[in-house]
Amino acid sequence: MASETPGELLLTVNGEPRRIAPGATIADLVASLGLDPRKVAVERNAEIAPRSTLADVPLADGDVLEIVHFVGGG
Amino acid sequence: MTDTLVDTSDTPGAAALADTWTVAGRTFSSRLIVGTGKYKDFAQNAAAVEASGAEIVTVAVRRVNISDPKAPMLTDFIDPKKITYLPNTAGCFTADEAIRTLRLAREAGGWNLVKLEVLGEARTLYPDMRETLKACEVLAKEGFAPMVYCVDDPIAAKQLEEVGAVAIMPLGAPIGSGLGIQNKVTVRLIVEGANVPVLVDAGVGTASDAAVAMELGCDGVLMNTAIAEAKDPLRMARAMKLAVEAGRDAYLAGRMATRRYADPSSPLAGMI
Repeated sequence: MASETPGELLLTVNGEPRRIAPGATIADLVASLGLDPRKVAVERNAEIAPRSTLADVPLADGDVLEIVHFVGGG
Repeated sequence: MTDTLVDTSDTPGAAALADTWTVAGRTFSSRLIVGTGKYKDFAQNAAAVEASGAEIVTVAVRRVNISDPKAPMLTDFIDPKKITYLPNTAGCFTADEAIRTLRLAREAGGWNLVKLEVLGEARTLYPDMRETLKACEVLAKEGFAPMVYCVDDPIAAKQLEEVGAVAIMPLGAPIGSGLGIQNKVTVRLIVEGANVPVLVDAGVGTASDAAVAMELGCDGVLMNTAIAEAKDPLRMARAMKLAVEAGRDAYLAGRMATRRYADPSSPLAGMI
């Protein structure tokens, strides 16, 4: 794991710890992961984060995020 | 029922083309819905969907692999603009899990037509109807159009309709078992009592099973393993397409009555 930089936020993303710069939004997180926001859905602290608002929602220390997409299934 | 069928007396060919079905205001020509699990790769999966003629595919909602975001995605192979994605709740054992999953699915896809299944136990993957009914009611109130995997019980089917199910999808046999339609009587009773489309979901193993479901009057059939685990999935996909069409035509044609003994097809008069 990357060493801690003062002020960084500690998130849980899809069950894994992840650090991000303070002030980052959900859209910043999605972009930093290399994901196309049009193909995923995001839940923040058990609530849906609507796609249209991803760039407006600043992340907070301790946030738990789930980022999902469609996979093969029956 | 929601079937649309024009007068077949003069032009059976044209009538076959007009035999569409409608669920939650969406009209489809193909009565076969296929899953997208268990395939060797996305390319084989896409080819099987093409061969099946399906216009709807079921998909699951899962975490993105954040350590490998460039891994191929289903949407790169099966275009959601051309094929309707029907997000499922496979793996959910409570109403709350299923509702949470479908809220995410709606956000990911942008549409409200979904497949609800709430499972009771891993061994049989039999539906938990108490949780299924609870989830269906909440989802319908939130504006979802839930197509619901359920037990082959005409009373449960009625109850689902009352709480907003847009399609009733009884199992023919346990998911992935390939055992065929085990209870033709209950499936027929569900079909006769329903005011929404009825699709057999799960249990189909081979083409004749799909034809049986359609001959019972079902509006469609949903399957995954029967195609994905066939030795030649593409050929089985085509077989299922033909079986669903054949079973549907046989249902519409109205089968002959059965007799206990033989009845000759050639005239008895004029024998030498």
